Parts: sequence; C-alpha cells; structure tokens
Amino acid sequence: MSENPTPAPSSTRRTALNAAHRRLGGKMVPFGGWDMPVEYSGIVPEHRAVRERAGLFDVSHMGELSVQGRDALQLVQYVTSNDAGRLSLDQAQYSGLMTAQGTFVDDMLVHKFSDNHYWLVVNASNCDKDFDYICEQNRFDAQVVNVSDGYSQLAIQGPLSVKILQPLTSVALAPIKYYWFTTGKVLGVDCIIARTGYTGEDGFELYFDPEHSERVWQGLLDAGAADGMLPCGLGARNTLRLEAGMALYGHEIDATTTPLEAGLGWITKMSKPYFLGKDVIERQAQQGVERKLIGFEMTAPGIGRDGYPVLHGGKPVGQVTSGGPAPALNKNIGMAYVPSALAVPGTGIEIQIRTRTVPARIVPLPFYKRAR
Amino acid sequence: MAYPNDYRYTSEHEWVAPQGGQARIGITDFAQKQLGDIVFVELPAVGAELVAGQAFGTVESVKAVSEVFAPVSGKVTAVNAALAQSPELINTDPHGNAWMVAVELSDPAQAGKLMDRAAYEKFVAEEEASH
Repeated sequence: MSENPTPAPSSTRRTALNAAHRRLGGKMVPFGGWDMPVEYSGIVPEHRAVRERAGLFDVSHMGELSVQGRDALQLVQYVTSNDAGRLSLDQAQYSGLMTAQGTFVDDMLVHKFSDNHYWLVVNASNCDKDFDYICEQNRFDAQVVNVSDGYSQLAIQGPLSVKILQPLTSVALAPIKYYWFTTGKVLGVDCIIARTGYTGEDGFELYFDPEHSERVWQGLLDAGAADGMLPCGLGARNTLRLEAGMALYGHEIDATTTPLEAGLGWITKMSKPYFLGKDVIERQAQQGVERKLIGFEMTAPGIGRDGYPVLHGGKPVGQVTSGGPAPALNKNIGMAYVPSALAVPGTGIEIQIRTRTVPARIVPLPFYKRAR
Repeated sequence: MAYPNDYRYTSEHEWVAPQGGQARIGITDFAQKQLGDIVFVELPAVGAELVAGQAFGTVESVKAVSEVFAPVSGKVTAVNAALAQSPELINTDPHGNAWMVAVELSDPAQAGKLMDRAAYEKFVAEEEASH
C-alpha cells in the first residue's frame, strides 16, 4: 500500500487522524463534507475482519450534541421518538429526531449522563442541521451545545473487541451491557466507553479528547494486530450495517419517512407525552401504513443497488434504498420500500439493473444476526 | 505487477492480447487497483459484436459499477466462465486468468495502433501522479 499524497480540498473537514489514514494507504473520499477513508486493504477483507475478529473505525466525523439544564429531559423527549425517560444513568438508546409531520430529521443515539445532562450522537452530515433544529424547538429551561469538536470517536467492533481492548483499560469491559456506557482510561486517556456500534457485532465506541487521537488509534491497532484486527473504512461500515439491517439516513429514513414505514415502531413510544410528530404517527398506526421497508436478496446473478427500480409483476412499485454485496453472506442484498400488501417475506420481486430485470425475493430483516 | 510485453493497452485501462486473427481482452492491474475488490462481472454472450471504443460489459466493485470498453472490434468467440464464480480473479490475475472475452478480430492491424507496454506504463505513471 502506498501513502495517499493527494490533499483534500481546503473546504473539506478532516478528523485528527487524517494523516494516520493516509500513512496507512487509506483510499480517501469526501463524505458529508469530511475527507474520510473508504477502505485501506479492501472493503471485503475489512468487512470479514469485523465479522470474524475485529476492526477499528475512525468515526470522529460523527456529531455530539449536549443537552443540559433543568429541563434537559423534557427537551430530549419533545424532539425524539423513543422514551429517554426510561434511560438509567450510563445507558443509551437508539432514537429518531422527529419533525412535526412524524418524519425523520435524523437518527441517533441518546446517552444519559445525568438527569440534567444528555448526549445525542448524530450523523456527521446532519450535525449542524440537527443542532439548529433542536435549538429552534427549545422552549424549555435547557441548553444545547455542539461539543463535536471536543471529541474524537473510534469504534472497535467484532467478536474479539473485549479481548483486544481489555488489556488497555482497567475498566472491566465484560460486565458493560449492550447499549450501556461508562468512563475510564484507555491507554491512559480519559474516555467515554460505550458498548454500542453500527455493525451488528459486539464492540465499543470510545469518545475522547482529539489531542490523544494518534496515541489511542495506534495503540489499539498495535494491541489488535496479533488477533488480526484491521483498520476499517466507511465502505465496510456501510456493508456491515446493511447486513445488520440498520437504517442509514438519506436512504431508509429521511424527511419523507415515518418510523412505522421504516420498521422503527420499536423506537417510537406512544406512551410518552406529546412529542413532535406523535399525532401523525398515531393516525398512521390506526389507519395502517401504505408502504413498508423490506429486505430482499437477489435470486439470480446481479447486484440491486441504491436507487434501482423495484418491480412486481413487471410494474414499478418502489426503489432500492440501499443495496450491494453482503461479504459475510455471499449474497447480494438490499432494502426498499414496497406497498404494504407486498411486504411479505417470500414475495418475488424484480430489480431493474440497467437493461435487465433480475429476480429477487423479500426476506426478513435483519439479513445477519450475530450469535449471542 | 508487470505489464505483458506483447499486449496492447487503452487509455481506459483495457488490454488486448492478439494472436493472429484472434485476441483476448481484459482490464489492467491499474484498473483493478482503482476499482478495489471486484464482486461481479457482466459480459456479453458468444456471438456478440464488439465495436472499438464502445462499452461491452461492466465490472462491479463493492461500491461502484464501471463500464468496460472494447479496445478493438470483433466477434466474441469465448467468454471466461471463471469470472462468474470468481470475480476476484480480476484483482489477483488481471492479465492472465481473468481474461474476459476472446474475439475474432475484424481488423488484425487495429490492435497495433494502441499503446504498447512502454507507452502504457508511462500513461499509468502520469495517471498516478495526478491522483
């Protein structure tokens, strides 16, 4: 692998590890305004490393929004779909940032630090939009602060995550339950250590002062080398979350989709007091949804990719929201919205791939579930 | 990886290996490096007519679909079935076992007008410098 010499345009943002990615021979691409590695050794080997051993991702481009103050919980509850009132200290939950029409501004993880302090970890490309939106909706005694610049974020993901990370920290990792977090030192650096991730594997996301980025990144790579941990880019991050049936904003969810259409009723808690969009979602729950997000696998050679038309009996019924090869499953998979009546596993559909229509079959989500 | 001396090359990074009135066609090592892990290949059927400069198939990596352009005109006489099972051969053996099609050349002199090895190596060096 040779070092990538071409600098990004000056308007593109860089994480603190940009030079490290280039030294590793990372193939750099623009992503949501950031110069990020899409792969180092290859998307397929990186994907398989995460499924079989471990992988390390620089996800420092993600945003962190802090909600603080007497009414911090009320503000969080007002703008999100899930019930943050159920969170214990040091617990996180997946949630939607909602419009008054019951559609998505973004998806994110809500972390509870204290009764008066929450963190929302949001998509890089939506961070500024989300911050502005929450501020606009803030009619409470609460403050919203964009603390993203104060944190680097690394994700170590894969079945060997605990084994590789444990020697680097005195925090006992095994007892941390999935979607809970704690604070402690990793390689001598103060970190938030969260048992979360976007891959469908066990693993941790570490948040720490960007000043220590190279030390923590290299320390983790060195610690994981003997176990075959690889640095992994955004390409593998995408194939992993697709196999795990996880939504990506701008694909499965956006300002036109509701949680019920997207199969995200489980993060939508109608027992909460009014939240933005609740009434629309309630109506939809009563009347039924017209379209539903489904998973499909190709049943003949071909790859149904993002944006390709979906047909049923030759008639267009939707389009692929995300699609591509599944390196751990040796299939080509994807997700799409189809009319609710068709949204039944086993239903045959076709994907328009350039000049051909290629058969596919609706299958249950997720495509992949790790052994527990 | 060395570029074979008796092949000819295009600016779209295809190679053609002429042998009398026949030739094999594939994509180069530079192309496969740019594309990344190849996961799917779409090729024409035996009997299809290739027209120099026109797309005759696609090569797909995880993230992208790339067209492959015919370096020369001719009729397809064989298609490499191994690529259906093992598209990754293009990454590991782009100039040998990952040949894509064999053609009967419409004009056996056409290949000689393409870049030879030295010219292609220079072309690739310039491409790499500007990336």
